[in-house]
Amino acid sequence: MKFGQPSTLPRWAQLTLLPVLNLSAALLVTGLVTWLIGENPLECLHLLVVGALGYGEGIGYTLFYTTGFIFVGLAVATAAHAGLFNIGGEGQAYLGGLGVTLVVLSFDHVLPFWILMPLCLIGAMLFGAGWALIPAWLQAKRGSHIVVTTIMFNFIAYSLMLYLISHHLIEPGSQNPTTREFGHNAWMPAMSDMLAAIGLTIPPTPLNASFLVALLACVLFYLVVWHSRWGFELRTAGSNEHAARYAGIGVSTVIIVAMCVSGALSGLSAVNDLLGSTHRMNVGFTNGIGFVGIAVALMGRNHPVGILLSALLFGALTQGGLELSLDKPVITREMILLIEGLIILFCGALENLFEPFLASLFARFTQRK
Amino acid sequence: MTDFAIELIGISKSFGAVKANRDVEMRIAKGSIHGVIGENGAGKSTLMSILYGYYQADSGQIRVNGKDARISNSQEAIRLGIGMVHQHFMLVDTFTVLENIILGAEGGFVLKKGLSSARDHLLKLNTEYGLDVDPDAVVGTLGVGLQQRVEILKALFRGAEVLILDEPTAVLTPQEADHLFRILRTLREQGKTVILITHKLREVIDITDAVTVMRAGTVVGNVRTSDVDREKLADLMVGRKVNLKVDKADREPGEVVLDVKNLGLVDHRGVKLLQDIGFSLRAGEIVGIAGVAGNGQSELMQVLAGMLEPTSGEVEYKGQSITHLKSREPKAKALRRLGIAHVPEDRSREGLVKAFPMFENAILGYQDDPRLMRGTMYNRRALIARTRTLIEQFDIRPGDPMLRAGLLSGGNQQKVVLAREIFANPDLLLVGQPTRGVDIGAIEFIHKRLVELRDAGKAILLVSVELEEIMSLSDRILVMACGQITGEVAGNAATTTELGLLMGGGNKQ
Repeated sequence: MKFGQPSTLPRWAQLTLLPVLNLSAALLVTGLVTWLIGENPLECLHLLVVGALGYGEGIGYTLFYTTGFIFVGLAVATAAHAGLFNIGGEGQAYLGGLGVTLVVLSFDHVLPFWILMPLCLIGAMLFGAGWALIPAWLQAKRGSHIVVTTIMFNFIAYSLMLYLISHHLIEPGSQNPTTREFGHNAWMPAMSDMLAAIGLTIPPTPLNASFLVALLACVLFYLVVWHSRWGFELRTAGSNEHAARYAGIGVSTVIIVAMCVSGALSGLSAVNDLLGSTHRMNVGFTNGIGFVGIAVALMGRNHPVGILLSALLFGALTQGGLELSLDKPVITREMILLIEGLIILFCGALENLFEPFLASLFARFTQRK
Repeated sequence: MTDFAIELIGISKSFGAVKANRDVEMRIAKGSIHGVIGENGAGKSTLMSILYGYYQADSGQIRVNGKDARISNSQEAIRLGIGMVHQHFMLVDTFTVLENIILGAEGGFVLKKGLSSARDHLLKLNTEYGLDVDPDAVVGTLGVGLQQRVEILKALFRGAEVLILDEPTAVLTPQEADHLFRILRTLREQGKTVILITHKLREVIDITDAVTVMRAGTVVGNVRTSDVDREKLADLMVGRKVNLKVDKADREPGEVVLDVKNLGLVDHRGVKLLQDIGFSLRAGEIVGIAGVAGNGQSELMQVLAGMLEPTSGEVEYKGQSITHLKSREPKAKALRRLGIAHVPEDRSREGLVKAFPMFENAILGYQDDPRLMRGTMYNRRALIARTRTLIEQFDIRPGDPMLRAGLLSGGNQQKVVLAREIFANPDLLLVGQPTRGVDIGAIEFIHKRLVELRDAGKAILLVSVELEEIMSLSDRILVMACGQITGEVAGNAATTTELGLLMGGGNKQ
């Protein structure tokens, strides 16, 4: 027998009001910290927002960061729908970079752009998926916990890549652990150039065609997860494993495929960086992107629209934060990390902090009506 | 004028917009056994939780022994002499009976002193009420019936004068239930008051002195048991005329659909879950499997539905061996395609994904159906249309295909599962606990549909712990105990006593 269910928030409030409230709380605490170190919080906030969204170049950079975050956010969300917590986005993105680099270094002399670029995307996805496959297989067939194995695989990826870059892929004669510059036919078209072709002028930034690929990925993600049979099986296995077995769904197959798709999406984030911006592979180019992906998916509630919005938020934070730290030397990169951390804390871990309060407010309101 | 142990006056309690209890009036005479019946969601549990201090009433009064009482937690309820035996026992398996009983009432830092004084008290209670429990037995090794008695002892040890039992017979064999009732009668003789929450009408008639009938959060009747019969209680509970009898004409069964031989299942620890199971099932026949929960029925169903692989024996379906299938797809899927449908025992765990809307639950297990596809994507219109058909055929309420399945009542969840499986037009239907947690109105409906299927020439294997259900639906009854079939009885010749003996493991035929 069930007791009466306590009333919950209406869906629209859960999707809009709650995140806004959580975000405000995070900003409030950040403001407090800023004030404690002797800066004016409002001024800092102003600088941050203007730096991220106030002028063309800033917006370009914000969207460039957003692109990578969308890929890793979708990656984490794919695994989450299968009930898996993929913490290995970082390593998978790093290995995706290896896939891209190997394709480019092998073929950028011989193949034209239109053939090379699809190969790069495939290389990124294959290597990312491959790196996710091993933990996936271990989880599905041997029950090794995916959280533990994917974390370990991040460390393995760091070491492996450091070795490969510094011993094999390094530009001959270079002192820096970095590959040679990629040929121009392996450069993702910059958004400014593409728009210039149709007569629109925007300032040149690293924002490139990967952004369009990311948007496409969002649409595909939605269709596959909510409208395809595989998506149905994925969500069933993730929501209720017993029901999945009952329904004749091969749960271990779902786990393996979901993780490979997740790894492939992480891998794609490397394309944005390597082919869109640096045009070479440096050690540690991923710079924690896989972990931001967790926050993006968490905040975006594993839905492409939410992921797009939260990727935008984190993109803006990254860009605005960099600008802010240029203007205010007291606000270091660590301060920006603190803001990100607080946002993750309030929007992810403490997601339901204000929920009971809001719910009772709503209950009172609806009763009075 | 009678003395009342408990008086509940005008109790109301809401959870958000849901009014779980509305202006409930109930007076329970001292030294009586008082039944509280009602369908699921009628507010019985909420009311008892208020009495035991888990919830506070929004308004209304509680009087214990004629005195106003404010019960804001279970400690206060215990202090007032109210004890509760929960449906799910609150015992530590690895502790002895004695240790469990003094848990939370250890009486000081040094355990030994408390233990020895408790032991004397316990032994006294034990003999006084004929409970027959060994204080040094480890609880985990005791049967369910005994564990329940430990719970009763625990309440008595804390000085309970009023004992609330929540669905106490749900887990017992008929014999164990009889034993429990003997204990309850002894308690009554000794002047204790017993409140029995149940949905089984027979129990209410058998043992209670007075009954409170609840429906939709309100009391619809406070009656003396001697003044009513089962039909009248059922009508009160549901609020309309109910037909408790299942109309079922005799019917000559057809071809053998399912043939099971020497089926065995051993789990990874080497425990024999199923042993030497053999029976056959014909078209147009309902075979019921009776037994106390946890005696291998669930495993048998899972093996037959392809969710578990048997470790020995043979299963033939329409003359074809389905013991092991050599296919890449999961076995449960392959068997569904052959026409075996399965209504799982635990619908909320296996039969549904509660977080999914109804239209997705309507295709669970049939997600490959090409009629649902448009290209590689689902045709959402086809999904919704199918769901509407199911809603219409089974009168699922509320009939909104977009509604999350978890928000449906137990009865309507069950209807979704049943509707989905029957829609597939199977030749063999495996049905586990079709009416567990389902209200009487829906039970009547579900039973009718099962008999219709049988009359349409389908083979039905029915597993249920409700003996009444098994006896009224089955053409033949198999009884399972400890993973074995302990006997077979013709449906129309079965008696509770005979089945009960077989369920206890009785003499194997």
